[in-house]
Amino acid sequence: MRDKILNMLEKNSRIDLKDMAVMLGISEAEVANEIADMEKEHIICGYNTIINWDKTGEEKVTALIEVKVTPQRGLGFDSIAERIYQYNEITSVYLMSGGFDFTVIIEGKSMKEVAQFVSNKLATLDSVLSTSTHFVLKKYKDYGKVLDVPVKDERMLVTP
Amino acid sequence: MRNALSKKIVDIQPSGIRKFFDVVSEMPDAISLGVGEPDFDTPWSIREEGIYSLEKGRTFYTSNAGLKELRVEITNYLSRKYDLHYDAMKEVMVTVGGSEAIDVALRCMVDPGDEVLIPQPCYVSYVPCAVMADAVPVTIDLKEENQFKLTKEQLLASITDKTKILVLAFPNNPTGAIMTKEELAELVPVIIEKDLYVISDEIYSEMTYNGKHCSIASFPGMKERTVVINGFSKAFAMTGWRLGYACAPANIMEQMIKLHQFAIMCAPTNSQFAAVEALKNCDAEVAKMMEAYNQRRRYLVNAFKEMGIECFEPFGAFYVFPSIKKFGMSSEEFATRLLQEQKLAVVPGTAFGECGEGFVRISYAYSIENLKVGLERIKNFIDGLSVDK
Repeated sequence: MRDKILNMLEKNSRIDLKDMAVMLGISEAEVANEIADMEKEHIICGYNTIINWDKTGEEKVTALIEVKVTPQRGLGFDSIAERIYQYNEITSVYLMSGGFDFTVIIEGKSMKEVAQFVSNKLATLDSVLSTSTHFVLKKYKDYGKVLDVPVKDERMLVTP
Repeated sequence: MRNALSKKIVDIQPSGIRKFFDVVSEMPDAISLGVGEPDFDTPWSIREEGIYSLEKGRTFYTSNAGLKELRVEITNYLSRKYDLHYDAMKEVMVTVGGSEAIDVALRCMVDPGDEVLIPQPCYVSYVPCAVMADAVPVTIDLKEENQFKLTKEQLLASITDKTKILVLAFPNNPTGAIMTKEELAELVPVIIEKDLYVISDEIYSEMTYNGKHCSIASFPGMKERTVVINGFSKAFAMTGWRLGYACAPANIMEQMIKLHQFAIMCAPTNSQFAAVEALKNCDAEVAKMMEAYNQRRRYLVNAFKEMGIECFEPFGAFYVFPSIKKFGMSSEEFATRLLQEQKLAVVPGTAFGECGEGFVRISYAYSIENLKVGLERIKNFIDGLSVDK
């Protein structure tokens, strides 16, 4: 049941508890309890909104930075990751397999702001060996949702 | 000038859905809970295979019975899902949708005057196809109190010396009824003893919500007297690809392929290549869609309960078939007024046979958001009715 609840919330975090209960064939209290438990267990870590910022007046740039580091003895990558993810500008930090160690996703108001952050804050960390910054030009799909393409039902209105 | 037309064809009533469709299409701003096809797009990997087959220039005919690779995948699928075991070389044919298979099967199996038992409410084409095959369609009125299942008693009461074929269509369009293994087991001895053949339209077989679908052909003694019809439209959301299939004993299949060869040649080739991918790699995609249908089904049944509209709980397909008898109007009047007053299209039960009177078919091949809007309109409509009184 938990995976079903999670699948529904992942698609629509604003879904009505009562609707959820009906759709899953369980009681509203059961749904509420499961969700509360999963929040406590940090299985559910938050409820964000998918926003197409391009359609707002807000200036925003997103960059994906490949970071190579030297892991620290006894601590591996975790303590370096912690040093990196503390910055509010950074939205995601992933440890990667392959040619570099971390993918860091950062949001800023301008390319200049991001560039300054990388050169002043990120690249200067002791363990960081190198960074390679890629700016996002356009977002087509985020979190499973295609942005900016309205879905139109083109089926005939009545069919057998 | 002589009359250009065949009396037999002219006498066939056009489908009730078609009539209603004409009314609906006059209303461009209407919304609908009236469609009989999935709202999902065909899963991308299937579409991609179709595109790839075009890119590779696979634009030729396939053999009449269909691509061998596809027929093999069909037999694998039927065996792993429904315990049906067919010879891909002799007992399977790929058709242009399940509808072609219905037509071909009937025409191959009846002689003039043979009676074909058709439990109603049901899909619109069985009766006309039986007529076109010069058979005599004999309808059986399924009852809401039996949850629209066919009972042994009803079957026995309808059989005459001339009865040759029973059409079974479960999970059912429009009622959403299913028949379980135990319920089918009641019918099997009658069918065998009375020496009937069965055309079993199982196009909604993936859409069962309280246990797995059971095919009547999986009972001992039934495979040799059953034509199983299935297809890709519903399970894989592939209606527009026009692809179905039939499985039957070799002696029946041989004749079906002959007829198919003269009328159709072969099913669309790129649809066939795409369908191979559907059967091989799309179980997870199908499971996702089926879970969504099940959630919507619960949502609708509950919404009708809350509105005080009587509705038996359907366990198959993607339809609910609520009773509107208490509003004191015919199905057609209800559907027409709902359309005119609230701009919502649903299909009158009578489109699926006279015994559908008193019911409307509501499809849940729509997102929850759209269902909510539709339900709101139904509620407004029936609230208005109570004020009238």
